[in-house]
Amino acid sequence: MTTVGPPAPGTTRLDLGTLGFEQGAHLLLARALRGTPRGAAVEVAGTDPALLPHLTAWCRHEGHEVRAAGTGSRDAGRGADTGGAPVVAYVRPGALADARLSGAARAGGPEPERMAERAPLHWGLAARGALVEAGGPDVPFAVVDRDVAWTDLAPRLYRQATAGQWDPYTAVDWDEPFTLPDEIEAAVVQVMTYLVENEQAALVVPGRLLVQVHPHFREVLQLLAVQAADEARHVEVFTRRALLTGGGMGTSSAGGRASLATLLTEPDFSIASFLLSVLGEGSFLNLLSFLERHAPDPVTRRISHLVRQDEARHVAFGVGHLEHRAGVDPRLHGRLRAAVERRHDALIGTAGLNRDVFDSLVLLAAGSWAPEDIRRGWQAVARLQTDMDDGRRHRLSRLGFPDDEAAELSALHTRNFM
Amino acid sequence: MREEILLGAVAYDPKVVTIWTGFRAWLRDQGLPFDYVLYAHYERQAEDLAAGRIDAAWHSPLAWLRTRRLASAAGVETRPLVMRDTDRDLTSVIVVRSDSAVHTPADLKGRTIAVGAVDSPQSTLIPLRHLAALGLTPGTDFEVLRHDTGVGLHGDHIGGERDAARALMAGAADAACMIDTNHLLFGQEGTLPPGGTRLLARTDPFDHCVLAAGPSLDADRAGRLTELLLSMSYEDPVVRRLLDLEGLTQWLPGRETGFGQLTEAVDMTGFYDGDGRVTADGYLP
Ligand SMILES: [Fe+2]
Ligand SMILES: [Fe+2]
Repeated sequence: MTTVGPPAPGTTRLDLGTLGFEQGAHLLLARALRGTPRGAAVEVAGTDPALLPHLTAWCRHEGHEVRAAGTGSRDAGRGADTGGAPVVAYVRPGALADARLSGAARAGGPEPERMAERAPLHWGLAARGALVEAGGPDVPFAVVDRDVAWTDLAPRLYRQATAGQWDPYTAVDWDEPFTLPDEIEAAVVQVMTYLVENEQAALVVPGRLLVQVHPHFREVLQLLAVQAADEARHVEVFTRRALLTGGGMGTSSAGGRASLATLLTEPDFSIASFLLSVLGEGSFLNLLSFLERHAPDPVTRRISHLVRQDEARHVAFGVGHLEHRAGVDPRLHGRLRAAVERRHDALIGTAGLNRDVFDSLVLLAAGSWAPEDIRRGWQAVARLQTDMDDGRRHRLSRLGFPDDEAAELSALHTRNFM
Repeated sequence: MREEILLGAVAYDPKVVTIWTGFRAWLRDQGLPFDYVLYAHYERQAEDLAAGRIDAAWHSPLAWLRTRRLASAAGVETRPLVMRDTDRDLTSVIVVRSDSAVHTPADLKGRTIAVGAVDSPQSTLIPLRHLAALGLTPGTDFEVLRHDTGVGLHGDHIGGERDAARALMAGAADAACMIDTNHLLFGQEGTLPPGGTRLLARTDPFDHCVLAAGPSLDADRAGRLTELLLSMSYEDPVVRRLLDLEGLTQWLPGRETGFGQLTEAVDMTGFYDGDGRVTADGYLP
């Protein structure tokens, strides 16, 4: 530190008043230095008794150059003439003032249109469009290519999803009175037990997919987060309906669980989305329509309706994503086909749909044990399976599978529906 | 002669491992065979550097003075290679509570002054020398309340200085000594209430740590190490991470001009003798 004479031309004055560096004075000095051209200095005035040592310590750490204003020189009197605080020091911005941002780059743009096609791992959790300082750790997200998870529908579906959230406690009139014959109630409970199991698979899978995707593609994460929240509500309402009349839960079959377990182990984003959303949740759209139509009580009818609305969005995301990816990846169809075949082979020795669930669906559609009613119920469940097959073939065609291949793949889909 | 340059560093904090592992990797990437070893305190590191058991050391100013005395007694050569920009022109302050009746250093007569550890240049040795130069003899004219945290670390452990600040606010001492940076830090973190202390005295500027070369490091390798460290640019993100950890924005050439006050303090207290032997009373690193 040296004592200096009068300030050089271009010197700007910063009057800190009584504010010291213990209480934020460095913000004001940093701001003044940002506006100071290289070579020029900031004249710092203030009355905090510790100003000079604190200013010196802060500048040393930041790489700025400090010259103390000498006592007894003309500096000491400056400011006092004009009624301001005495000058304590002159600070020149260091050569490295902006070095921290050298090599920094924008993480794409905030709008979906300006997202990067590939997100570097060192962007980590930075907001899209942020100016990202170079360096920092790589965060190993598995999905860094936009096309591996993206669909242009994602922002719109997210808006719909947030607008479509319903409260499981108030959207259903849980107190609406009804009485069902014991065996019909038992059939409802069995179907609910099955639904809870499947909803839990549908809850876990988007959670697993979410953590794979680079947050740069944030709309996908947002959508998957709401999808998981949807499934959490589905688990809630189906459980609540199962327990509404005071009984316990129904059965869970080994074959059903085997089918769902194969969904959990699929590592590839697009294939997992295909198996869960396009084929599984797609089939559930028909199942939920069936339950809404054949529900023996108003609560079951209402929750089937509400859940179906959410599922339609989940299916739309899956189909939208796979259409997008099919458009950029010619090998996708072969991989999807192989995935269906692999899953079929893995499940070939299992029983498929829980027998208790199938029987319960027949009884619900029949409405009674009368033989003619059972025949009708049986036919309704057969029609349900045909409708599911039609729906799957239709969606497979939309993804670009020829009709014969779509029919073949639909037939290989798990007998568990999900 | 070792092929690698072997540097010693004192493990005053777990981050020392991160820092020197990072420097080691960076220097080796630049083609310089470099390795490091850790010491539990500076005295063994100072002895090993003078004896050639290590080639270089990241030294406290006190360790540097001792190495220089040991080396000159042994007739071997040591030299400072580089220091941080943040090691130059530091000052220590002596503060009192703002409502204190102490207004000049002379008012400290008969009072108690809180300092850091016995071997801390910035919070014990240099400020006590400063008071001595003003005519106040420690232990005679005033009581010294020492805070011996991390003895052997030459004040690198901040605990002693913080305890001195606490002792001041608790009323156990009438004044406390600390480096300017820590006075600011303690004010910001609340150990000292902002505005709750008044500056009584400030020492002249002094220098702090230094990367020193010992007799086993030949001029070529010393030059290569120096050149590489001086070339480290804060604009390089890989380097920036290391510099941020070690608390500098650039390395500067080592200089010997900033150790005068500490040298006087060492002689005044008999901390080391002229040949670099530890002679300080009750100093057990
Ligand atoms: Fe669901
Ligand atoms: Fe779903």
